[in-house]
Amino acid sequence: MSVIAYIESPGGHFKKSGFEVATYASKVASSLNTQAIAVVIGKSDDAGILGQYGISKVIHVNSGEDVTFDSQIYTSIIAETYKNNGGSILILSHTANGKSIAGRLAVRLNAGCISGVNTLPDTTQGFTVSKSVYSGKAIATYSISTADKILTVMGNSIQPEISGANITPESISISTGEHKVKVLEVKAEEGGVPLPEAELVVSVGRGIKGPENWGIIGDLANAIGAATACSRPVADADWRPHHEHVGQTGIAIRPNLYIAIGISGAIQHLAGVNNSKVIVVINKDPEAPFFKAADYGVVGDLFEIVPKLTEAVKRYKQQH
Amino acid sequence: MNILVCISKTPDTTSKISFKSDNTEYNSDGVTFIMNPYDEWYALVRALEITEQNGGSVTVINVGPATNDIIIRKALAIGAADAVRVDTEAMDSYVVAANIAAHAKSKNYDMIFLGKETIDYNGSEVGAMVAEIMDLPYASYVSRLDISGSTATITRELEGGEEVSQIDGAFVLSAAKGLAEQRIANMKGIMMAKSKPLTVVQPVQADARVSAVKYAVPPPKSGVKLVDPDNMDELVRLLHEEAKVI
Ligand SMILES: Cc1cc2nc3c(=O)[nH]c(=O)nc-3n(C[C@H](O)[C@H](O)[C@H](O)COP(=O)(O)OP(=O)(O)OC[C@H]3O[C@@H](n4cnc5c(N)ncnc54)[C@H](O)[C@@H]3O)c2cc1C
Ligand SMILES: Nc1ncnc2c1ncn2[C@@H]1O[C@H](COP(=O)(O)O)[C@@H](O)[C@H]1O
Repeated sequence: MSVIAYIESPGGHFKKSGFEVATYASKVASSLNTQAIAVVIGKSDDAGILGQYGISKVIHVNSGEDVTFDSQIYTSIIAETYKNNGGSILILSHTANGKSIAGRLAVRLNAGCISGVNTLPDTTQGFTVSKSVYSGKAIATYSISTADKILTVMGNSIQPEISGANITPESISISTGEHKVKVLEVKAEEGGVPLPEAELVVSVGRGIKGPENWGIIGDLANAIGAATACSRPVADADWRPHHEHVGQTGIAIRPNLYIAIGISGAIQHLAGVNNSKVIVVINKDPEAPFFKAADYGVVGDLFEIVPKLTEAVKRYKQQH
Repeated sequence: MNILVCISKTPDTTSKISFKSDNTEYNSDGVTFIMNPYDEWYALVRALEITEQNGGSVTVINVGPATNDIIIRKALAIGAADAVRVDTEAMDSYVVAANIAAHAKSKNYDMIFLGKETIDYNGSEVGAMVAEIMDLPYASYVSRLDISGSTATITRELEGGEEVSQIDGAFVLSAAKGLAEQRIANMKGIMMAKSKPLTVVQPVQADARVSAVKYAVPPPKSGVKLVDPDNMDELVRLLHEEAKVI
């Protein structure tokens, strides 16, 4: 048996979520006294780097080609590599593409699948693993009854950990057949860290009053080196781009630090952010519900507080 | 064009979550259930728009017990032509997908729409499973869909970007925000829904592969520590020394 990890390389580059999956897979493998094998598809950075995260073998499929995303083709490649390498557990990242193939692979490999896990599995009695459910209001522990098992790992659930050295990837070629999905274009957002990957996030709500006031928020985000997010009404009003909208209907994030500025803290907003490690709330209303979910709070006018906080961060950065 | 839209039932987000039987079962007492927002607002509405422009009809399907008829009637009131309910408990994503696919195989749908995820378990699993059982292409997290003849042009939301692609022929799609604008059922729709066909079918044989063993409620936050608005150096110090996040 072995643990197989599919590591995404969007645009030819590994992301933090990929190193998280490699680390997760190697930890699962060592708890089962077996090895973790990584699969990389198409163009990518030096795939051997995955050895640093505890992967003992890297299989790089069609390394020279630009294999555009098609869930059927990726499923076939991963299923074949999994079977040829004695896979019994398959780990993917909980990303849009990871989720589009996890379910397919579950059908193809007759495997039970749990998506969005945020802890390592307990393999002492059967196989159980936990994830956050009901918009972060509960934690569920699931068990998988099938021999083959598939997990997708929620971002920021595990710290990438260096435990080995670079290895030489094994290049193989698998015929992909015809793509039924023709990818015309992949647009990357401009600049900065993408929100789902960010460890530090500065987020703004309707308290900002209008898009013309956004500058002070951008300044704070720059000073900290944070990604920016917003509440739904702010995205709906086009004050900020839609992909920054967090919450039940937007995206769910779990950064180390979430600074909520002029956001009331409605339950649908919290659904996307309440797994953040530390929450700071800046709001002029001491009764704002967000304070109940916060670790640190500042009661007052954001237009005065945010520039002061930016200055304080700059002072701190100069000293450290 | 005939489109199948898969709809699920979830607790309203504002519901208080609790468990029973020694934290092994979800306690639905007093909980208000709604149609999963991604299914209702985006998948269903975009399917209706497409059939309004190109002809054809929208069928909705739910895998679940008779108590789910309330959300099925709502989908009919919003505009679906007819509905199918597979009369079984949705034990896991695979059981749901196997039953949806079994129905879809007996018909000839041009497209199958789902929501990007259910807001209770946030699985995002069913769509990919249906696509695989049906051997169809799958476009997930779709925020824009244009149909021209037999070609669909699709925008998918990815982490830190978007992907634009084209698919010819039948496919499965999961809907994200942006795909359509929410529609509210009007009085006429609600009246008409009562007489639209809702066929109840028996489940196919499929075994659940995943089961919930126990639930827990996350430990409460220890309480907010308030910082003086005139002392932001103190906040930065706390974030560095105490919280260790910067
Ligand atoms: C089904 C459903 C799904 C939803 N999904 C989402 C979602 O995914 N994400 C989401 O965010 N919302 C979502 N919502 C909306 C949500 O319920 C709230 O309406 C929304 O989050 C409120 O946004 P807000 O906090 O920015 O605005 P408001 O509620 O208007 O709050 C503004 C806050 O700013 C404070 N403020 C004002 N001026 C200042 C100042 N000068 N200085 C400091 N503080 C100030 C106010 O005290 C207030 O607390 C959803 C709603 C529904 C029904
Ligand atoms: N019991 C069900 N009956 C019909 N469709 C469902 C059911 N459960 C989930 N779905 C569909 O599958 C989508 C994704 O669900 P999930 O994989 O559970 O996150 C939902 O948005 C629905 O469109």
